[in-house]
Amino acid sequence: MRMVIKGNGAVAHAVRLARPQVISAYPITPQTSIIEGIASMVAEGKIDARFIKVESEHSALAGCIAAESAGARTFTATSAQGLALMHEVIHWAAGARLPIVLANVNRAMAPGWSIWTDQTDSLSQRDTGWMQVYCQSAQEVVDSVIQAYKVSERVLLPTMVILDAFFLSHTYEDVEVPEPGLVDGFLPPLDLPQKMDLEHPAALGNLVFPDRYMEFRRKMDLAHQVALGVWDEVGREWGELTGRPYGLVEQYRMDDAELVLVTAATTASTARVVIDALRDEGVAAGLLRLRVFRPFPADLIRTILADRKKVVILDRNCSFGHHGIFHQEIKSALYELPAGQQPEMHGVIAGLGGRDVTVEDLRGMLMGVWEGRITKPVTWWNVLEAKGAETGAVAMG
Amino acid sequence: MAIDITTYDPKNLHLPEFDILHSGHLACPGCGAALGMRLALKALGPKTMVVIPACCWAVINGPYPYEALGVPVLQVAFETAAISASGIRAALDAQGKEGITVLAWAGDGGTFDIGFQSLSGAAERNDDIIYVCYDNEAYMNTGIQRSSATPYGAWTTTTPVESPKPEPKKNMVEIMAEHRVPYTATASLAFPEDFVRKLQKAQSIRGAKFIHLWSSCPPGHKSEERYSIRIARLAVETGVFPLYEVDYGTKYTINHEPAFTDINEYLKLQGRFRHLKPYHVENMRRNIEWEWKRLRAKVEMGEKLPLPPAPVHAPVDEGEHTPPAK
Ligand SMILES: Cc1ncc(C[n+]2csc(CCOP(=O)(O)OP(=O)(O)O)c2C)c(N)n1
Ligand SMILES: [Mg+2]
Repeated sequence: MRMVIKGNGAVAHAVRLARPQVISAYPITPQTSIIEGIASMVAEGKIDARFIKVESEHSALAGCIAAESAGARTFTATSAQGLALMHEVIHWAAGARLPIVLANVNRAMAPGWSIWTDQTDSLSQRDTGWMQVYCQSAQEVVDSVIQAYKVSERVLLPTMVILDAFFLSHTYEDVEVPEPGLVDGFLPPLDLPQKMDLEHPAALGNLVFPDRYMEFRRKMDLAHQVALGVWDEVGREWGELTGRPYGLVEQYRMDDAELVLVTAATTASTARVVIDALRDEGVAAGLLRLRVFRPFPADLIRTILADRKKVVILDRNCSFGHHGIFHQEIKSALYELPAGQQPEMHGVIAGLGGRDVTVEDLRGMLMGVWEGRITKPVTWWNVLEAKGAETGAVAMG
Repeated sequence: MAIDITTYDPKNLHLPEFDILHSGHLACPGCGAALGMRLALKALGPKTMVVIPACCWAVINGPYPYEALGVPVLQVAFETAAISASGIRAALDAQGKEGITVLAWAGDGGTFDIGFQSLSGAAERNDDIIYVCYDNEAYMNTGIQRSSATPYGAWTTTTPVESPKPEPKKNMVEIMAEHRVPYTATASLAFPEDFVRKLQKAQSIRGAKFIHLWSSCPPGHKSEERYSIRIARLAVETGVFPLYEVDYGTKYTINHEPAFTDINEYLKLQGRFRHLKPYHVENMRRNIEWEWKRLRAKVEMGEKLPLPPAPVHAPVDEGEHTPPAK
């Protein structure tokens, strides 16, 4: 059924179709309309679930962890400060191998208070063992939430489905929302191999001595490796059902591209306009959009970027004291290429705290690198430099 | 109507014979928390699911792949005992699984301090769980640091004898009762039948139930293992730890009228109080007196107050919903 809905509405509809049994969530801008939508659907009987209206995000995820441990499919959603507050139990969910699905609306971290988009919140959770999918459209949000349940439940890892604040969460789009029957055929009911069960009493989460702990973690890492293939397979299967196939990454005009922009999320739509324009002007430009970021498709990305001339990696985030996080990850993936196949790589940090990344910005970065005007490994795009900042002791202004 | 627990014979207890806590657990000798769990599962039976946050019990249950409890156990993050029990209840309800008791079993630190927020949330939502706080009056698992349940004057590693804890213990039962949950109670290891009755009463009520179990801890209280029950009894008999229950935050019932034994009898069995000066003890006495005045006043007030009004249910045909105000 076609609907004109926002990114947040897309999450709510996908959750409805995935038939979670327990929802446990807490409001935060710009995520709130997801759980408001879900609350209405539960109240109207469109979702047959218990909705625990918790007192914090920490409890939101802790509630999902317990409910999932007792055999129920669960959902929660949050953003920025809420995601950070969950951090302890974000580790817990993955370590307990619970296939929880969480929608995170990318929002910058305070201080200063910002409700606008940037990726620092979700990328700060990179090493928790969660899978992460960055979406570029409301359609992809619907499709990814449903796929996330399927992949998560196959490999017993939780998934964060991530959408940009406002650019995606609050922008209306024309979306094909699948029929319940289609999703029911695609996503069987949850059947966990291990859960709280009176017939088979066991302790979940007990103390683990050093002689066993690493084996648990090794299995988690293996599951991530397996998940790469599962995302691919599930994305293809979804394509056969709906005509909308998905891969781990998306390539746009990449066939003979010599200049590549790597980015994720909604910036990719702006980027396509720029790539088309550059192509018209005779520059062999292409776009590589990161979609599944954990597990990280390093081999695939290495193959795609080998032998390109120049690569610009746009990060809407920063690992302070080092590079943007996508930049670091891509560099490490390409390290194994022989020197002759290594592209020249430039990181650009842009759009933090919701600052627009416009067509002109992207053109400026790409042509700056292409024409050799940008030579530094990392560039902070379009920032006002404050007087005296080079001393390291100026924080504002 | 409470049974008379003042006259029972400790050598002839009326308790269920079966045990769900098995031998081989990792509790210290004389551990009140282990005995408490044993009694709790005797009371609640095998159709119980147990939530354990970080606390001594996270260790007592045994390391992977063992467990000492014969019921499903979920170990959870320190501050999440209550919400975890709520989550399990929601999952059971969603799957149509009935007749299962969900027990959150947390220490005083996990209840009075770090888990307080999530506990208050579960109580406010009146989620159908039993929450037992076994209170050994400090963070014992991390090696005896003060919590807000540590009594006035006590030594802990963060309230050393030169500067023992200056504040009295937080009154958790009154705080929980003020959430107007259907049932809150205190309990003592020295009064096992009373504890079992309270658990079974809690099990028979739908909604959030809170039981505060005073719990001996030989290593943490610097007491002798053989005195664990004696100290628990003296906590009650000196008036330090009143045994009472509260229905709907309204009706307060004292379950045992203490002998008001000299508090020194209680203090002298515990090394954590050895440094106390007479003025400390005097402050304790005065505080006990004051707390008992408060408690008796609440009993009196409860006698004058009705229990909460019975709810009026929606008519079968509710008609149209009025949309919210714009
Ligand atoms: C978030 C967090 N902070 C601190 C700890 C460390 N920690 C584990 S148990 C514990 C003390 C528990 O005290 P209490 O709840 O009274 O239980 P007891 O150990 O006395 O049985 C602490 C501080 C933790 N596990 N998690
Ligand atoms: Mg304690």
